[in-house]
Amino acid sequence: MSTVKQDTRLRDILGTSALRPDGVAKVMGSFSFSSDMWAENMLWGATLRSPHPYARIISIDTTAALLISGVSAVITAQDVPGKATYGLISADQPVFASEFVRYMGEPVAAVAADHPETCRRALAAIIVNYEVLTPVVDPELAMLATTEQIHPDGNLIRHQRIICGDPHISGNITVEGNYTIGMQDQAFLGLEAAMAFPDSGGNGVELHIATQWLHEDRGQIAACLKLPEDNVRLVLGGVGGAFGAREDISLQVHCCLLALRTGRPIKMQYSREESFFGHVHRHPAKIWMKHHATKEGKIVKVESRMVFDGGAYTSTSPAVLINGITHTQGPYQCDNAVVDGYAVRTNNPPCGAMRGFGVVQACFAHESQMDKLAQACGLSPVDVRLINAMHTGDKLITGQVMESVAPVERCIRETDAIPMPETLAPNANVLEFPGGSGRTADRHNIVRGIGWGVSMKNLMYSEGFDDYATARCTLSNGIASLKFATSEVGQGFVTLAPQIARSVLGVDDVVLETSDTQIGSAGSTSASRQTWMSGGAVDGACRLVRERLFEHVGKLHNIDPIRLMIEHTDVIDTIGTFRISVAEATQGITLSETFEHHHRKTEDLDANGQGNCHVAFAFVAHRAVVDVDVELGLVKVVQIATAQDVGRVLNPLSAIGQIEGGIAQGLGLAVMEEIIMDNGRVKNPSFTDYLLPTALDAPHVVAIMIEEAEPQAPLGAKGIGEPPCISVTPAIIAAIRAATGKALSRVPVRPQDICL
Amino acid sequence: MTVAVPLSLNEAFDALSRTPDARLIQGGTDLMVEINFNHVKPVDVIALRRIKELRTWQVNSNNTITIGSGVPYQEMEVGQLKELLPALAEAARTVGSPQIRAAGTLGGNLGTCSPAGDGLPVLFALDAIVHLQSAVTSRELSIHEFMLGVKRNARHANEIITGVTVPILDGWQGYAKVGVRNAMVISVASACLAVDKKNNSVRIALGAVGPTIIRCRDAESWLVQQLDLTTATSIDTTIAQEFGRRVALESKPIDDHRSTAEYRRHAVGVLAQRLITRAYTS
Repeated sequence: MSTVKQDTRLRDILGTSALRPDGVAKVMGSFSFSSDMWAENMLWGATLRSPHPYARIISIDTTAALLISGVSAVITAQDVPGKATYGLISADQPVFASEFVRYMGEPVAAVAADHPETCRRALAAIIVNYEVLTPVVDPELAMLATTEQIHPDGNLIRHQRIICGDPHISGNITVEGNYTIGMQDQAFLGLEAAMAFPDSGGNGVELHIATQWLHEDRGQIAACLKLPEDNVRLVLGGVGGAFGAREDISLQVHCCLLALRTGRPIKMQYSREESFFGHVHRHPAKIWMKHHATKEGKIVKVESRMVFDGGAYTSTSPAVLINGITHTQGPYQCDNAVVDGYAVRTNNPPCGAMRGFGVVQACFAHESQMDKLAQACGLSPVDVRLINAMHTGDKLITGQVMESVAPVERCIRETDAIPMPETLAPNANVLEFPGGSGRTADRHNIVRGIGWGVSMKNLMYSEGFDDYATARCTLSNGIASLKFATSEVGQGFVTLAPQIARSVLGVDDVVLETSDTQIGSAGSTSASRQTWMSGGAVDGACRLVRERLFEHVGKLHNIDPIRLMIEHTDVIDTIGTFRISVAEATQGITLSETFEHHHRKTEDLDANGQGNCHVAFAFVAHRAVVDVDVELGLVKVVQIATAQDVGRVLNPLSAIGQIEGGIAQGLGLAVMEEIIMDNGRVKNPSFTDYLLPTALDAPHVVAIMIEEAEPQAPLGAKGIGEPPCISVTPAIIAAIRAATGKALSRVPVRPQDICL
Repeated sequence: MTVAVPLSLNEAFDALSRTPDARLIQGGTDLMVEINFNHVKPVDVIALRRIKELRTWQVNSNNTITIGSGVPYQEMEVGQLKELLPALAEAARTVGSPQIRAAGTLGGNLGTCSPAGDGLPVLFALDAIVHLQSAVTSRELSIHEFMLGVKRNARHANEIITGVTVPILDGWQGYAKVGVRNAMVISVASACLAVDKKNNSVRIALGAVGPTIIRCRDAESWLVQQLDLTTATSIDTTIAQEFGRRVALESKPIDDHRSTAEYRRHAVGVLAQRLITRAYTS
């Protein structure tokens, strides 16, 4: 774990390691998460889920459940007053299954009762008569026209190709491979939870919810409830992590429906097991990739075919697919490309957003390929990447010109310059060995390997989407208050927003108003975008207020406002001696401004995958040092060295937190995290068997933040949330390959893949 | 649901006679998980955690140790228990997290009788005696007769497991467990090896590779023919390898979501080879 030196700061402005306002409460256990909510007269809600991956519903009988004392409501598909389906991109997912269940765990009914145990009994008393069908679980088969189409919209969710340059060109050297990425779960710690309060009269509802995007939820909920959007008010509940898993609707509509039906507050929360069925996962993918290069190792062309298993419903699959295929080249120059991507519907669990969003899958393939290319050309992993490194101004395989700052070379060189860890000492603690507390390895069983991964990641939403953010700043009596609908999911916007206000306005006291739908959208806390987007909105609102302040002070003291500026906590005249504190200058007045930040417009891809579809990009390099017990196939990641392109560091402590957390999540995908499927059935829906890295698995992280301010970004800062988890996975696998000589084309790598 | 909280064994037997179908709970690291998963819905529970007699251990005059069924794993990781029973200390360290080790007990491992129970291979290697008591009877069963299958044991419904007795052996002993992460993980395969110099014997027991813990008697007797365990100071690599191969042959692993039979068989062979090598290099 890294430690960040506390600066002896006086004010928590931009660039300082301001502490999280909720940090102490979270550590002490007093922070109120969504699952901690309580209300007088409330009922509990619970969901009945399909035990089958694919079945026809013959009948549902709720009579017995309704007769149970304490049960207030049992609802099914026929009780949905509005739109029967929802979805982020395509509304193809039923609120409740009516004709078919298409994945194990799909909601069929919901109940409201006086106690969770009464709910469980009511669920058990609902009789659903299923005709069990053979699930379609192989995406390659599913996409064939001859295969049963399991949804009216068909099994092919999206196909997109990219043709760039000369598709027939070849190189002296070719390398190719088939790569498999398993299904990772976001595994946030704060389980899905919400509380819905019905308006008296039943014409509206207020939902307190842990989500990534209040306004998007509201639109989908209102449509299903058949209520005007204004009558559906959302308030952000305490969120315990998200990582993409809270982009889709889970219990929102169910909870509101039960509240409106019973006229009482409804609390719903998932158990850990239910959570595995209640949210989307990272897409499992199969990727074939072939690189053509010159003898010297310069990439001539990349070819790829990517198949993403979207599971039963669309979710964000079309966007994940586009991210995957448009990142085929990785952070490398490439003039020619032929890429085919497919997102396919199956009877597996729906897959959607997770940190890295399609790029994780592509990156595992392209980085594995870069190592093959290095070997074929007799180059080191570092040199092959330096030779091909992308620069600002290069044209991507989509035809888009790389306009972002692109310090790829610098990321690689600075990572390379980080000192290697010491070799394993003769008296090293066995807990540090592969196998850890299991004491499986002796020192001589351990082989050390080094591997590299470098990645490019788009920031913000793509393909013409205007994911703007809104913020309001109100300044009065020396206190700034900020209002926005931005979801704080742990990323630290509640720390950053006051830092921005302090820097711009010269105040110390900043109040954060409730995050809810009583202001315009902030967009999703996704795609590494909130520092850029909501940060831009807060910055914009604060600057507007500052202008008003200067006008006010200028008028009062007869100074041209253009001469005024903020110095520390004062308004000063830049060419005179006048000085007044912001607190004094704002006594008895209220200045308030709202600002929307929009990023530049993007375009759809055409039939050949050409178009300026992305807003901006960030880059990172990872070098992994890994100890492997070759005979048992067990792994200990010793050190991750990384240099990340961050634009500008706004809070060093927050930044290192994102970097270390992302690395742990990427490590999880490399060596242990996988939802194991057996013919449409999830085999490990628990933290006993879905393994997350522990402190003994976490590596020592040595991180360098490369600060080259991004001109497009309002604060010069790029999003930093996703890059840490992307190329660390291939870096770790490359290190295991180096230690073992095994090809290892699948993540997570399993012990038997290494030693048998 | 009723929960009885007896403060002595006698009170516990009283509670058990009143509610003969009650589930016994000690640390709760198994039962509470089952309840949380809604796999069991006990009507009555008897909590044994406050019974002091079960939370003690002592060294007996006949060179054995008796450990109460309520002694938590964290006590086995340190002090005299660690010195006298190093393999048990190593096994205890592999159990869950610090919180789990503060709650989990050998009584729980025995009561649940999962083949993946981390403490059980040690008890099998040491030929432990399991103490069972009811209101009126008291009996001792060899661990080999106690564990009958996957989550099946010879405890009668009216009995409480009060403890185990194991010998203090003269000779190296150790434990190793394979899991897919480096801590807090359910065993994929485990092994405990103990050398008994006095009787010129070696014992090796395997966890998570069969319906019960497996003692590898063939491999044990083969090894005794290869070297004098009392006087040997090193072991030939080829002998250690062959020992591992023979141990692997005696395992009966299955494929499941945690691993494959093939890997488990391979792993116990490697563990056996390494443990016997450790025994004669340290």
